[in-house]
Amino acid sequence: MSEYIEHDKNNVTVGLVEKKSYTFAEPPNEMIMESGSRLGPVTIAYETCGQLNDDKSNAILICHALSGDSHVAGYYSEDDPKPGWWDIMVGPGKGIDTDKYFIVCSNILGSCIGSTGPCTYNPKTVEPYGLDFPVVTVGDMVKAQKALLDHFGIKKILSVIGGSIGGMQVLEWCVSYPEMVVSAIPLATTTRHSALAIAFNEVARQAIMADPNWNNGDYYSGAEPDLGLAVARMIGHITYLSDESMRIKFGRQLQDKSDISYNFDADFQVESYLRYQGAKFVQRFDANSFLYITKAADYYDLEKRHGNGSAVEAFSKTRAKFLVVSFTSDWLYPTYQSRTMVQAMKKNGLDVSFCEIEAEWGHDAFLLPSERLTALVKGFLERVYNENRN
Amino acid sequence: MKTEIKQMRFELQIIASWIEPGSKVLDLGCGEGELLYFLKKNKQVDGTGIERVESKVARCIEKGVPVLQGDINEEIQDYPDDTFDYVILSQTLQQVYEPAMLIQSQLRIGKKGIVSFPNFSCWNVRLQLLATGYAPITKQLPYEWYDTPNIRVITLKDFRKFSKEVGFKIIKEVAINTQNHDRSGGVIKFLPTLFATYGIFLIGKYGS
Repeated sequence: MSEYIEHDKNNVTVGLVEKKSYTFAEPPNEMIMESGSRLGPVTIAYETCGQLNDDKSNAILICHALSGDSHVAGYYSEDDPKPGWWDIMVGPGKGIDTDKYFIVCSNILGSCIGSTGPCTYNPKTVEPYGLDFPVVTVGDMVKAQKALLDHFGIKKILSVIGGSIGGMQVLEWCVSYPEMVVSAIPLATTTRHSALAIAFNEVARQAIMADPNWNNGDYYSGAEPDLGLAVARMIGHITYLSDESMRIKFGRQLQDKSDISYNFDADFQVESYLRYQGAKFVQRFDANSFLYITKAADYYDLEKRHGNGSAVEAFSKTRAKFLVVSFTSDWLYPTYQSRTMVQAMKKNGLDVSFCEIEAEWGHDAFLLPSERLTALVKGFLERVYNENRN
Repeated sequence: MKTEIKQMRFELQIIASWIEPGSKVLDLGCGEGELLYFLKKNKQVDGTGIERVESKVARCIEKGVPVLQGDINEEIQDYPDDTFDYVILSQTLQQVYEPAMLIQSQLRIGKKGIVSFPNFSCWNVRLQLLATGYAPITKQLPYEWYDTPNIRVITLKDFRKFSKEVGFKIIKEVAINTQNHDRSGGVIKFLPTLFATYGIFLIGKYGS
């Protein structure tokens, strides 16, 4: 996702932010994972923007997707080259207005950007966990976020917002802690992965596991499976785009040459783009985290976990007001999947709004500047904020 | 409230006056949500709309009106029986493929329905056809035959006949004549089939 991050056109920013962390579940009171295993201590990296009001009624939780982190908006330092990953949406007067709301974004459990994951040290062995790290589920990620909000003393969240795997966390919040969630904005997401989504994730995982450097996840003391992770990221990128966006962005244009080379260099711009994205990704992401998080996304099944296979039953537990948004060219989480969840919400008489935004940029559209999306989020939040105060 | 109500189409002003405060309302083809917004602000109505066009859906959400983007014929299916106190179909019936089915669904999910449509038996429509021989074009139905979304022409009498054939009850009906881009108007009591530009009907199920 990071290739889109740019400075705000109008220089509107929340300013300097700080990466903080919270540690809990110290042994012997470890966190019990959905799989039954125990994990502790657990550290969650997080960022906050805006001010929590006196009655703690203006908190918004933002859930990031696969490769995101807690750095949602603003800058870490004056000369920071890039703001947080959703700076276009989060800031003063923006879609998620930091003048009005208190925003929390935390790095998901199992990730590698400050929160406990396979690359952090296992206190028992004093080595990185590697594959000894327990399998993480979306439910576990949400449980860890809940611990963080409990730490802040926040009893009600005005809105939980997120796209893609972040959207799954949003849905999980609504069914797991219905009394806490006033409203929710699941973007470009699904209640469960299609075979297509699982298939792409599996190919990506195979790319990592086929890299000899992967070494069954035990690579932290030597060469890392960079090639495998880069290929995994390349596959991911294809699924985030669309036929249309790739045609517009690359077509069949060649990279720095006038004719094809008749060898296996990156002749086409699209090849060069994917190689670049892959190479850049390995500098900031851990291959094992990629395996764990994609598996969590594939395992996620809201219907099965909360509704005996029925989405209607699963959503019967929720109380939140929903704004569901999908994008026309998203083939990873197509609109029909959003419509299915909207249907289940309607059958439960829930307050739900749904909009399918016309966008050519595929799944990634939710991270790109969109006046439409910004206006939707802003209007919806204003409504739920006012209704919650009455 | 008075000035706000005047900003709405006259026909919507009448519909708004029929809605009980605090009721639950679904507006099929809600456009930019002006009726629902008014009802929410002035009558504490719990309202939702269904609208097909993305830009109109966005306008609704921006102003705080819950709305679903979709086709009314499909979206109406998912609601449990009697979910709403009123289900409104304002100036859309003339564009619907299966009006009987839609009205039955309307009365399945709503305790009452409100239906409004341009009256095709208004004198100017009759006169145009008689005098010019061309398909009538009016302020209410401003399209050529080849680019009109209005695939049906309905008169007040047609709708009454239709209610008997489909089997629903007309609880109340008002015929109106509108001016000033439909923002103002009056109720027509004398020969409504000839002088009304629109008909508005409050409908319900038999036996309730």
